[in-house]
Amino acid sequence: MEDFVSLEALAAEIRDGVSLAVPRDSSGVAMAATAAIVAAGPKRLRLVCVPVGGIQADLLIGAGLIASIETSAVTLGEAGGAPRFTDAVRAGALELKDATCPALLAGLTAGQKGVPFMPIRGLIGSDLMKVRPDWKVVENPFAADDPIVVVPAIRPDVALFHAPEADRFGNVRIGRQAELAAMAYAAKTTLVTVERIRETSLLADENSAAGVLPALYVTAIAQARNGAWPLGLWGEYRVDDAELARYARMAKSAEGFAAYLQGFLRRREAAA
Amino acid sequence: MNAPSATPREMLIAAVADLLTGVRTVAVGSSSPIPAAGAMLLRARNPIRGRERVRIAVLGSREHNFFTNGAFELFDCAAQGRIDAFFLGGGQIDGAADINLVGTGDYPLSAVRWPGCFGSAFLYYVVPRVILFREEHSPRVLVEKVDFISAPGTSAGVVRRGGPHALLTGLALFDFDRERRRFRLRSVHGGASRADVKANTGFDYDAPSFVPATPEPDPETLALLRGRVTEELAETYPRFAATLEAERGK
Repeated sequence: MEDFVSLEALAAEIRDGVSLAVPRDSSGVAMAATAAIVAAGPKRLRLVCVPVGGIQADLLIGAGLIASIETSAVTLGEAGGAPRFTDAVRAGALELKDATCPALLAGLTAGQKGVPFMPIRGLIGSDLMKVRPDWKVVENPFAADDPIVVVPAIRPDVALFHAPEADRFGNVRIGRQAELAAMAYAAKTTLVTVERIRETSLLADENSAAGVLPALYVTAIAQARNGAWPLGLWGEYRVDDAELARYARMAKSAEGFAAYLQGFLRRREAAA
Repeated sequence: MNAPSATPREMLIAAVADLLTGVRTVAVGSSSPIPAAGAMLLRARNPIRGRERVRIAVLGSREHNFFTNGAFELFDCAAQGRIDAFFLGGGQIDGAADINLVGTGDYPLSAVRWPGCFGSAFLYYVVPRVILFREEHSPRVLVEKVDFISAPGTSAGVVRRGGPHALLTGLALFDFDRERRRFRLRSVHGGASRADVKANTGFDYDAPSFVPATPEPDPETLALLRGRVTEELAETYPRFAATLEAERGK
């Protein structure tokens, strides 16, 4: 663990061209940090959604920061489709690496174990195999007539997520969100925002220790109260459905999106 | 006094519960309120009928989801054969039960782009009873051939224990015959006819000469649905639960 830093310093860690892994909406999405990233404006990011993206991916795409996206889906959930993602796909403005959730998770698992690939069932006969030349079919070396897909290891340059709390020693509580640990294990740099920083070690208590990402895997932590808004944070607060619906409406057009983004950035500046 | 009759959505929820008969563990993906309600209905009804206990895992729910290993667990659990039933949909579904969750036109420049494959390209192969659910029943959804195969209905020469069991839409219920790779019309919902289904389906399917109506939920089922199930559903799908209640008032 390196540092407790400001949101701006955290965002500055995300440099042009890096691959950036982010979690699904329910696991703790660093939205306050996303505003800071948009303000800093790194270019040509390669986004990896673990395993699906939402408003965060849509905002980053709309802001023009994303060159490629690897994901199993991008959606705003009950608020509907992701308008900036959809527009960018139709315009050919994004390099697409469509995936299926467990293949992405298998790639991260290979990354965390330091092996070059991971086998996975299914997929054969899906058109995903045509659009993902990096996924291969091999023969099971242990049984006859058993073709199986292998996917390459995913080693993101940066993993970024939001969690309820960290302790002074840099340990982060991630609860049941095991994919956050997988992201951090596989990534070279892990950036975390938290609601609170506590003085006592999360590892000191057996009841909390099991759901903790140790500081070894954490590069920097910034405090951001309500840092997942307008998304929710497990155990803390619910998603702001009205705000997501407002985003879905405004982001339908490029102009509406630009207006939303301005308001989003201003709101974050005011909170800082 | 007549017993209250079910709304079209309540009919679908009851049909989902019936399609899950015999299932012990069922998982429901995100943005799937009707399948989630059907699974909750089965869980609530089975003990009353003296049937097996049902476990459900509703993605997006805290209360009705037993997973502790994050995004991995659904897929690992299904890979181990522990998930008996799951639901998939699609922007397009064709007569061979191939499904398309990606978009129309020439990939990657899709004319219409949908969210993406989610877990379909894996779960369709490993979950024994996959129920295809799509409320819209129209020729643009039920097509002759999908533009992009997110996951094929059947496969040859690969290890596969899972696949399509039935297709439920807002208009009708079909069974899928994996040997013949074809759907067969089982029933039509409230007032619709065999001809309505024909006119709104873009693929070829088998149909008996007489097509029965999808059964209405019995009073006990309807009471469970309107009580406990709607309450349980509201935790994950508050807006949908409110819609269900509003439709009953009409």
